[in-house]
Amino acid sequence: MNRTSLLAIFHYWVAFATFLVAVLLGAWQMLMRSPLPSPLDDAALYYGSVTLHGTAMAYVVTTFFTMGFGYAVAATSLGRPIRGAAAAWIGFAICLVGTLMAVGAILSGQASVLYTFYPPLLATGWYYGGAFLLIAGSMIWVVLMILNLRDWKRDNPGLPVPLPMFAITATAMLWAWAASGVLLELAGILLPRAFGWSDLIDAALARTLFSVTLHAIVYFWLMPAYIAFYTLVPQAAGGRLYSDTMGRLTFIMFLVFSLPVGMHHLFMDPEHGSGFKFLQSALTFLVALPTLLTVFSICASLEIAGRIRGGRGLFGWIRALPWGEPMVLAVGLSLVMLGLGGFGGLINMSYAMNSMIHNTSWVTAHFHLIFGGAVVIMYFAIAYEMWPRITGRPLVSKRSARLQLWLWFWGMLITTVPWHITGLMGQPRRVATFDYTDPLNAPMGPLVIISVAGGVILLSSAILLIVILIRSHFGERTAGEPMHYALAVNPPVRVPPALNGFGLWNSIVLVLMILAYGYPIGQFFFLKQHSVPAVTSLPEVGGRR
Amino acid sequence: MAEYSMNPLNRPLPDGIVPAEVVARTEKRWIILMATMLLVMLAIIVVTGIVGAMHPPSNVEVIDPTTLHLQGEFVESNLGAAVEPDRSVTVRLIAEQYNFVPRCVQVPVGTPVKFRLTSADVVHGFLLPNTNVNTMVVPGFVAEVRTRFDDIGEKAMPCHEFCGPGHHAMWAHVQVVPKERFANLTPFQRMSCESY
Repeated sequence: MNRTSLLAIFHYWVAFATFLVAVLLGAWQMLMRSPLPSPLDDAALYYGSVTLHGTAMAYVVTTFFTMGFGYAVAATSLGRPIRGAAAAWIGFAICLVGTLMAVGAILSGQASVLYTFYPPLLATGWYYGGAFLLIAGSMIWVVLMILNLRDWKRDNPGLPVPLPMFAITATAMLWAWAASGVLLELAGILLPRAFGWSDLIDAALARTLFSVTLHAIVYFWLMPAYIAFYTLVPQAAGGRLYSDTMGRLTFIMFLVFSLPVGMHHLFMDPEHGSGFKFLQSALTFLVALPTLLTVFSICASLEIAGRIRGGRGLFGWIRALPWGEPMVLAVGLSLVMLGLGGFGGLINMSYAMNSMIHNTSWVTAHFHLIFGGAVVIMYFAIAYEMWPRITGRPLVSKRSARLQLWLWFWGMLITTVPWHITGLMGQPRRVATFDYTDPLNAPMGPLVIISVAGGVILLSSAILLIVILIRSHFGERTAGEPMHYALAVNPPVRVPPALNGFGLWNSIVLVLMILAYGYPIGQFFFLKQHSVPAVTSLPEVGGRR
Repeated sequence: MAEYSMNPLNRPLPDGIVPAEVVARTEKRWIILMATMLLVMLAIIVVTGIVGAMHPPSNVEVIDPTTLHLQGEFVESNLGAAVEPDRSVTVRLIAEQYNFVPRCVQVPVGTPVKFRLTSADVVHGFLLPNTNVNTMVVPGFVAEVRTRFDDIGEKAMPCHEFCGPGHHAMWAHVQVVPKERFANLTPFQRMSCESY
C-alpha cells in the first residue's frame, strides 16, 4: 500500500465504522418513538442517542469519508502521491481526538443538545471542544487540497486541471466557507460560555451563524456523490462523460450558490425580518440549477454507454446499461431518491409553503432521502470502486454489493415515505415518545410502524456493507488495477482560467455572503439587549415515560 | 491521463463520438429550459406570497425573558385569548420547559387570530397541524403568527423544537369554538378550556 492509499483507508474505516454504530442508533430511535415496545425505553437516552446519531452522521462520517476520498482523488487523478502526507496524518489525529472528545461527552449524558446545538441549551465544554477540533482539524485537509492543486498547476502550466481534482478542490473550498459559521459559533459563543468566561448567550446570533453552515454543509456531504456521478459513473458504465465544461460549471455553481442561502432554515425564526428571508429564498432556487444540469449530463453520459452496448430506441439504452456494476446500479437508485427528495426540498425552500412542514417529520424524511439515500448510496459505490485499488484485493462479491445497495434503497423508501405523510399530519420531529392513544395522534401510529420496518432493513444493509468491506480487505491480494476516471467525449485541450481555478469564484462568494448575511448577522450587534441566560441540558427532569 | 473508457468489447471509444457542437447545443437548450422552470416556480412563490399575504413570522421584536412574569404583556393575567377593539382575537402564550402557558386556549371560529409567543428559557417551537401556524419561539424575541380557523374542533399544539429532556411532554391544545360560545366565556375560561 502506498502512503496515500494508507491515508485514504484509515479515513474510510473511521467513517464506515462510525456509520454502522450511527445506523444502529437510528434504528433504535425509530423503535423508541413508535407505538411498538422498545428496549431501553428511556427518553433521556433517546435525546442522547439523537445527538450521537446526528453528530456521527453529519460531522464524523461525512468529514472522514470526504477527506479520505479527497486524498485518494488527488493522488489518482493527478497521477502522483499526495504532497503533505505528514500534515494529513496530523489532521487525521486532530479530527480523531475531537471525535472521541465529543462522543465521550455525549455518552456521559452531559451533551444532549443535538448536533445543531440549540443554544441557550448548554452542554459540557468537552462536546463543543470536540466538535471544534473535528471541524477545525479538517481545515488541514482543505489546505492540502488547495496546495496540491496549486503545485500541479505550477508543474503543468496551461493544462486543464483534471475534473476530479478540480471538483474535490471546489469541495474543500465550499467546506471552508461552510465551516466558518459553526466554528465562529463555537469559538465566539458556546465555548466561552461553557468555560464560564461569559454570562449570557446570544442565541439569535448563534442560530444565524449556524445557518451559514447548515445548508452548505449539506452540499459538502453531497459533493463526493456528484464527483462520482461525473467521473466514475460514465467509466463504470463503459461510456464517456458527455461534457467536461458542464462538470466544471456544476461544481463552481455549488461553491457559489450553496452558501448565501442558509437562512431558509430560519424562515420560521422571529429574529429576522422578511426581506432577507425572501432574498435567500430566491437565491435558494439557484442552487437547484447545478443538480438539474447534472441530471442531464449524467443521463447523456449513460445514454452514450447504453447505445455503445447495443441499446436502441428512445429508452432501449437504459436496459442495455451494465446494471450489474455496483456503481451503475447505485447511480440509478440514487437518481430516483434524488428526484423524490428534491421535490420535497422545493417545498422546504419555498418562502410560504415551508410553514406547512417546518420541523415536522417531513423535514427528517427529506434529508434522510437526499443525504442518507441519494448521497450515502454513492459513498457505498465509491467504497466498492476504490477498495480494490486501495487494498490491492478484489471486491469479494459484486452480487452481495448489489444486494446491499437494493436493501439500502428500499429501506430508505420504506422509512421516509411514511415520515413525509406523518409530517403533513403535523407530527413534530425529534420527540422521544408519542401518546398514540390520543385520537389526534392515533392515525400516525401505523405509518410510524411501517417506517420501523424500513429502519430494520437499513440496519441489515449497513451490516452487510461492513461485512463486504472487511472480507474484501482481507482477501487474496491481486495485481491492483489503477483508478480510471471518465474522460469527456470531447476532452478539454485548453480551458479558460475561470474554469481552471477558483480565484474569481471565491471573490463572488465573498460578495454574495456580505450581501446575504451582512445585515442579518450585523443587526445583532446593534439590536438592544436580547442575549439570554444559558440552560444546562442535564437530564434531571422527565426522564422516564 | 490519456485513459480511454472501454466498452464491453474492450475497444476504446473514439474522441468526439458526439460532436462538440451537438453537446453545446443540447446543453444550452437544457439550461434555458431548467432556468425557465425555476423562474416560473419562483414567480409562483412571489405571487402567492404577495396575494395571499403569506409571510413567515418576521417581526423582529425583543423582550427580556427573565422578567416576563413581572412586567409587560406576558404577565400571567394577560395570557390566553383576548378580544381586540376590532373584534379580532390575540392569543398570548409563554413557552417554557416543558409547558405552554396556558396549556389550552379557546378561540372563536371564522375570526382573525393573532398568536404572540415568547420563551421563558430555551428555544421552543409552535405548530398547529393543518394550518399555516408554525413558528420558532426563541428566547429574547416575540414570535407573531396570524391565522383564521374555519372549522370547530380541537387541535394539538406540540412543541416542535428540541428543548431538553422533557421535550416529548410539551403538548398543548387549541379549541376552536363557535363565535357565540366564545363571546360568553369568562377570561379565565378563555385561557384554560375549563368549560369542556
